[in-house]
Amino acid sequence: MTIEGRAFVYGDNVNTDVIIPARYLTSPDPARLAEHCLEGLDPEFLKEREKGDIVVGGKNFGCGSSREHAPVALKAAGVACVVAKSFARIFYRNAINIGLPIVECAEAADGIKRGERVRIDLTEGEITNVTTKQSWGFAPLPQFAQEILAAGGLMKYAVAKKKGS
Amino acid sequence: MGKTFAEKILASKAGLSEVQAGQIVTVEPDIIMSHDNSAAISKTFAKIEVEKVWNPDKIVIVLDHVVPAANETHAKNHQTIREFVAKQSIKHFHDIGIGVCHEVLPEKGHVVPGTLILGSDSHTTTYGAFGAFAAGIGRSETAAIWATGKLWLKVPHTFKIVISGTFPARVGAKDLILHIIGTLGADGADYRAVEYTGPTVSAMSIDDRIVMSNMALEMGAKAGIVEVDEKTAAWLAPRGVKDYQIIRADKDARYERVLEFTVDQLEPQLACPHRVDNVVPVDKKAGITLNQILLGTCTNGRLSDLRTAADILKGRTIARGVRMLVLPASMEVYLEALNSGVLATLIRAGAVVCNPGCGPCLGAHQGALAPGEVCLSTSNRNFKGRMGCRDAEIYLASPATAAASALTGRITDPREID
Repeated sequence: MTIEGRAFVYGDNVNTDVIIPARYLTSPDPARLAEHCLEGLDPEFLKEREKGDIVVGGKNFGCGSSREHAPVALKAAGVACVVAKSFARIFYRNAINIGLPIVECAEAADGIKRGERVRIDLTEGEITNVTTKQSWGFAPLPQFAQEILAAGGLMKYAVAKKKGS
Repeated sequence: MGKTFAEKILASKAGLSEVQAGQIVTVEPDIIMSHDNSAAISKTFAKIEVEKVWNPDKIVIVLDHVVPAANETHAKNHQTIREFVAKQSIKHFHDIGIGVCHEVLPEKGHVVPGTLILGSDSHTTTYGAFGAFAAGIGRSETAAIWATGKLWLKVPHTFKIVISGTFPARVGAKDLILHIIGTLGADGADYRAVEYTGPTVSAMSIDDRIVMSNMALEMGAKAGIVEVDEKTAAWLAPRGVKDYQIIRADKDARYERVLEFTVDQLEPQLACPHRVDNVVPVDKKAGITLNQILLGTCTNGRLSDLRTAADILKGRTIARGVRMLVLPASMEVYLEALNSGVLATLIRAGAVVCNPGCGPCLGAHQGALAPGEVCLSTSNRNFKGRMGCRDAEIYLASPATAAASALTGRITDPREID
């Protein structure tokens, strides 16, 4: 599975309150969540976002509340993958479960600037900065997590498994 | 080689003779907790097309986030949950007016030492204060547990945090945990279990141990564990929790890090906007004008917290221009505070007492801030926009600092008040 898109780059500790504030959590509609995604951190993101964008963060991306709306909002806003130095553990689980690819790679997070084009091979574990032609390797997700992502999230994976069995 | 608490309990829950940190195991929780988000979880559950939940007696649902319902949307959410609870015969349902989940679960006897508790709330780590392995998870996977009873977990590496010394007057567990988070950083314990130990932890009340476990999450921890002792047993027994297996880490367990803290010289601490690890002693920021004080939440809304504030505010009134909100963590706390005169003291001092709930802490309901306002809160999170307004500032501190600051209307070191 390969993804290519334009990078939006942020710092350490991007928390779930800035990814999607609690006052918008009553909406079950991902498109509504997308309209407020990252508005507390970077209002420009909402103006510039396009399908296939890649968000790059520093350490502890997604810290804070357990809200699953955070990866849902990012995905609905068009984000195809989040690359970070590290993730908060509940965000990490939630992202896989709702089908948003995530990559932990500190070197890549340091080597990508806003607006640069990035290509990510999730299966082989390689990130390429297409703009600067630098590449970095990362440990791919465990097999079962890759299967959940490929199915489009835990629910689709569970339903598919049930039908298959 | 000995085993940590996490390795022992997760081996037991996975039905394996032993596991090692880093290993992925499949476990069945003893309790799965959710709150107002149960409405959304029930909709996800419906998509799995399983008619009945795997075990209704292991599901605990507490309505606490927006209670009573703030508007029609929240009311419909609560309605969905009540219908789901009835349909699925879930008996451990705590409707509005019981309290905040992280206080209600221990109070109602759902937290048993040596058990595995998962919750679709990040501060589920709270129950580690009773020697349970308790971790927050997401919403979809909570639905999956309702359907199957199973979840994968990675066995975490463990940090041992050894605490010694005696707290100075008006300095306590909240100051200590803010100091630890400030030292380790918001990601300092990402993915790790934390075991709190040492003479200071043994000397702590259950209320204070809860503060330590509750805020373990704010340094990224998966669990924050305090070993069971006679205080734990004495607290749990009247709540019907008497028969349980106590799990202790081995003396020769392998820890990723061992950290030591002493509290003899600890000063009151303050987490400054907009990060929980942006911690300084209170006197470094003394004098900043405040608009609102929040005393309560799952971190510091217990009787001892309210009493600490009442002792400082007794016979006095809070400063003109500052609003003080008090949210007891549960109806049990509310009643005790009422009967002991603590609430009367706080009300006479000028505080507004709200019903138990999460309310203003997450900015979805009650006590929201306006642009440019500054709040000092005893809660556990001060992220930008957290209390409903991205242009407001939130400082986190102890109940003593909150009460002292309410008196002056400015950030105030509680040791400066008689």
